[in-house]
Amino acid sequence: MSDLLQAIEEKLGDAVEDSHAYRGDDTILVSHDRVLEVMQTLKDDSSFRFNMLIDLTAVDYLGRDPRFEVVYHLGSVEVEARGSEPSSLRHRLRVKSGVAEVPCEIDSVTSIWPAANWMEREVFDFYGIRFKGHDDMRRILLYEEFQGHPLRKDYPKERRQPLIGPRN
Amino acid sequence: MAEPVKKARTEGKGGLHTDIQKLNMGPSHPATHGTVKFTVELDGETIQAMDVAVGYLHRGFEKECESGTYYQAIPYTDRLNYNSAILANLGYCMAVEKLLEIEIPDRGEWARVLAGELSRVGDHLTRLGAACLELAAMTPFLYGIEARELIWDLQEMLCGARVTSNYVRIGGLQRNIPDGFEDRCEESLKRVDELLVDFDKIVTANRIFVDRFRGTGVLSREDCVAYSVTGPLLRAAGIPYDLRKAEPYSKYDEIDFDIPVGTTGDNYDRFLVVQEELMQSIRIIRQCLPVLRKTKGQPVDIQDPHIRWPGKNRVYGRMEELIQQFKGVTEGIKVPAGEAYVAVESANGELGFYIVSDGSGKPYKVRCRPPSFVNTQPLSRMLVGGLLADIIPTFDMVNMIGGECDR
Repeated sequence: MSDLLQAIEEKLGDAVEDSHAYRGDDTILVSHDRVLEVMQTLKDDSSFRFNMLIDLTAVDYLGRDPRFEVVYHLGSVEVEARGSEPSSLRHRLRVKSGVAEVPCEIDSVTSIWPAANWMEREVFDFYGIRFKGHDDMRRILLYEEFQGHPLRKDYPKERRQPLIGPRN
Repeated sequence: MAEPVKKARTEGKGGLHTDIQKLNMGPSHPATHGTVKFTVELDGETIQAMDVAVGYLHRGFEKECESGTYYQAIPYTDRLNYNSAILANLGYCMAVEKLLEIEIPDRGEWARVLAGELSRVGDHLTRLGAACLELAAMTPFLYGIEARELIWDLQEMLCGARVTSNYVRIGGLQRNIPDGFEDRCEESLKRVDELLVDFDKIVTANRIFVDRFRGTGVLSREDCVAYSVTGPLLRAAGIPYDLRKAEPYSKYDEIDFDIPVGTTGDNYDRFLVVQEELMQSIRIIRQCLPVLRKTKGQPVDIQDPHIRWPGKNRVYGRMEELIQQFKGVTEGIKVPAGEAYVAVESANGELGFYIVSDGSGKPYKVRCRPPSFVNTQPLSRMLVGGLLADIIPTFDMVNMIGGECDR
C-alpha cells in the first residue's frame, strides 16, 4: 500500500470502505453518504491538499448493487508558486462512490470545487444521477427534450429520439 | 451559473438610464470558431451576466468507444481535436498500455514525442493565427497557416493524413518514421522559425492588438485552480504546472525544455505563453531528430503479436500470423480487467483518459477528460464585468474545440 493511501486511511478511518493501487493509481472507495465530508478533508488537510478536481465521471455496472459508481479524480497544484519549477504535491487520488438505482442521487461537491458544476451536469445528462445541492441540474451536452440517459448500459446505441424521428 | 440581473434599469454614465439587453450569440457565429451559444445580458456594452451553452457537436464519443474493440476507438480520438489529433491518439493508447502493462521500444517513444510536439505546434499556430483573424487581422493568420501547412505536410509524411492522423497504436505506431523525414523536418522548421519571427513582428507589439488583449478576460490563479483550469490558461496565471514536467511520461524527462509562465492571467499573457510554448516545442522536436537518426532501423512497435499484430507481408503468407491478425481484428486485444487513468499535456491542458476494462476485447468505459470542456466553464467568470468585444479574444485564448468539448 502506498504512503498516501496509508495516510488517508489513518485520517479518515472507517469512511474508507476499500482501497487499491491497481497499476499505480491510488484509489479509495467511499460510502455515498460520506462523500462530502471525505472530500472536504481531502481538500483542506495539509498533508493532502487536493485543491483540484481533475475529473468527475460515472460508470454504470448494470447488474451490480449499487448499480452506479461516481468516480472523482483529484489532483494537487501549488497556488502560490512562482518561477519555472513545477510545484505541486504531485499526487493524485481516485475516489469512487457507489450510487444505487433508486434513489439515484449523491451529494454535490460544487461547494468544495466550483469546477464540479459542469462535470456533475454531464454525469446527470448521461447517467441520470442527480447531485443534491447542485443549483443548476440541467442537461449540458444533450438537449432538453432528449429522452433517457445514453451512457447507461441499458440504453441501446441504435435508439432513435422522438425529435429526430425514425430512420426512414 | 452567472448571477441573475437584479434590476432591469441601471444608471449609466452621466445619469443616463439604460435598459438591460439580452443578446444571443451563436450557436453559429462568424466570430467564434466552434459551435457554442452565449446568452449575454448587456448594460450598454458591459456584460452583466452570461450563460454558455455547449453540446452542439456532441456525437456520442464515449458510447461509440464502448461498442467497438480497443483498436476501433483510436480513429474516434482523432476527431476530438482536429488540430492536435496525435496527442489525443497518444493519451488513449497510453491508457490502454497502462492496463496492459507494456512498454514500447525507445525509438517508438521518441517518435511519439516528436509526433506529439508537431501536433502541438500545429495547434498553437492555429490558435494564434485564428486569434488575429477574429480580431479582423487577416495577414498574421496567413503567416500562421503557412507554418501550419508545413507542419501538416510533415504529419502527412509520418502517417499519410494531414489532419485526422490515426497514427499512434496500442503498443507502438502505425508505421516507422520514413526515410528522409529528419532532413525534411529540419528544413520545414527553419521556414517555420522565419514565419514566427514575421508573425511576432506584425502582432505582438501592435497597438490595436495589445489594446484588445491586455487586461481582458482575466482569471486569477485561485480561480484557475478552483475551476480546474489547466494548460496555457493556468500557466498564464502564474502557475508553472505542465504534465510534461510535473509527471514526465514518455521521454520528457530526458529532454531539455522550459515552461513559460505569465503573471496576470489576462489574454495577452496567454498569447505570450502560447507563443513561447511554440518555441519550446520546436526545441523539443530538434532534440528528437538526432536520436531518431541514431536509432534508424530499430522497431517502433512492441514485438507481441497478441497486441501489435504482424505486418501484412507476413499475414498474407503465413498461417500463424494470419490467425493472429484474424483474432486480433475480430475479437480485439484482451485487456486485463481493471481501471486506469492516464493524462497527457495536450495543447489545451490536461487531456485524460479513464478506461475501465472488464477483461473482454471491448472497453467497458472510456472517459475522456476534455481540457476544452473544463476550461470553457469559467468563461462567464472571465467575462462578466468586461465589454462585449472582450468575448472574442477571450474565447480565442480559451480555445474551445467543439469536437473535444462536446465529444
